[in-house]
Amino acid sequence: MRLSRRARGLLRTAVGVGLAFIYIPLIVIGIYAFNSSKILKWPPPGLTLDWFTKAFESESARESLLTSIEAGLIATAIALLLGTLAAMAVARHRFFGRETISFLVILPIALPGIVTGVALSNTFTQVLGIPLSLLTVIVGHATFCIVVIYNNVVARLRRTSGSFEEASADLGAHTWQTFRFVTFPSMKTALAAGALLAFALSFDEIIVTTFTIGAGEETLPIWIFRNLFRPNQLPIVDAVAVIVILISIIPVYLAHRLSREEGGAAAGKGGGAADIAEVTAAP
Amino acid sequence: MTTEAVVSKRPAGRKLAGLFHGRPRLQVGALLAGPTAWLVVLYLGSLTVLLVTAFWTVDPLSGEVIKGFSVENFESLVNEPVYRDIVWRTVRTAIMVTLTDAVIAFPIAFYMAKVAGRRGKAILVIAVLMPLWSSYLVKVLSWRTMLSQDGIINWALNPLGLHGPGYGLTAVWLVMSYLWLPYMILPIYAGLERIPNSLISASEDLGASPFTTFRRVILPLAFPAVVAGSIFTFSLTLGDFITVRLVSNSQFIGNVIASSITNDLPFAAALALVPIVVMIAYLSVARKLGAFEHI
Repeated sequence: MRLSRRARGLLRTAVGVGLAFIYIPLIVIGIYAFNSSKILKWPPPGLTLDWFTKAFESESARESLLTSIEAGLIATAIALLLGTLAAMAVARHRFFGRETISFLVILPIALPGIVTGVALSNTFTQVLGIPLSLLTVIVGHATFCIVVIYNNVVARLRRTSGSFEEASADLGAHTWQTFRFVTFPSMKTALAAGALLAFALSFDEIIVTTFTIGAGEETLPIWIFRNLFRPNQLPIVDAVAVIVILISIIPVYLAHRLSREEGGAAAGKGGGAADIAEVTAAP
Repeated sequence: MTTEAVVSKRPAGRKLAGLFHGRPRLQVGALLAGPTAWLVVLYLGSLTVLLVTAFWTVDPLSGEVIKGFSVENFESLVNEPVYRDIVWRTVRTAIMVTLTDAVIAFPIAFYMAKVAGRRGKAILVIAVLMPLWSSYLVKVLSWRTMLSQDGIINWALNPLGLHGPGYGLTAVWLVMSYLWLPYMILPIYAGLERIPNSLISASEDLGASPFTTFRRVILPLAFPAVVAGSIFTFSLTLGDFITVRLVSNSQFIGNVIASSITNDLPFAAALALVPIVVMIAYLSVARKLGAFEHI
């Protein structure tokens, strides 16, 4: 778009201020992780690496990290299966209630997490008589992760024509063969990007988790939350947090690579941007 | 006879595939069985149970849940000013956070989509995405330290003779606007990306000033994406109680639900219906505005 110099300058300033707003808190918490004092006073009196050593030694932190990874992986697997099935039905078939399906899939993420948490925990404990455990956490996480996979796959299927599948069937492939050799390869990257995002959502989730987790168990966010209020633990929590931020660069990079590869494959259709949107447009 | 023999020799998977062949209804049924079982039976079922639970009561002496029918919970929700205040405070903050995020997000998304070059765009997308992947609690914790008496905000403002907002409702508004900002930027960015540049050029060629092009072409086309983003900022604010607890002494709907769930489950259920009703109203308006295409 043609813009005057002044308008361009104003926009750049707005972007700069916005990015500063986004990054200053992350930088501040990063610096506090090296704080030599336990009191979070600015500026920190000195720097140390002690908290990182202590963070790596903390068994409860390690255990909660593993619990989070376990919950994230299983919830993502369930969401991959259910989200793909629903997406294939909606993108490739016409049937009564099709619109309702997309509404239904969006609902768990459009309603506040506390609603999902309270509703599920209420059903588990009051109606089904299932004690809260990691399993109930996974069910809760899978519920709101379905939408991420669903959105990615629907967007992908809409951009790839159904005529490939028809051609495959006409050439004599049966339903599974068509899925394996035609449909699946075309949505592989969409599934991978969706899975990354679903895992990240589950990994960071705390509200649904608070209401559905069993007494003896801790995911990483629950561990962080419980230790926030213990003054002696606060610097270690901070160090763990910085480690988590650094690890989170890996999925961001992977998601970006995935969308770039797609951009190449869908060249000429402006596919790159649409794919970035696919990777990102859902919390 | 011979065909039958051939058919029976096929493996079960092939037989099933043959069964689906040319039967689209059966295919849809098989595809949807799992997702609807999960989302309708488990999820909608749970929401229905929640609705029923809201009519139950708790025996004040034994503390046991009485599974009867009573509108007592709703009466106290409507009649007691405390709860009315809490609901209004929560909704008001959700509105303010949503407006704030829309104002901050739009220029960033616009610059990303329509002004920045290829490389600048890629860098900005990553820059906006990064904080989305870093922990929610870490970000709240950071604000908690920044807003504290000895925090960086007061350190920066004190030489100017000013003072930061400290903990309180302003802090909640600020921190939530911060937390949900990427959820607003990304749908708007994707929505702006969808507007063909040729439309903008056409408007310019027809003599419209950049401001007119923005107001008459870009804004109307991008508006559904803004509404899509607002669904998240609004809903996330309505349900949050952890940020509220960490940077203020206030009570939001979420705090009351969280604190009453162990002692008075039916009341917590009744209170949880408030965000459900608000969000369903919000979603039905958003759907009419075409926001669902942008989620």
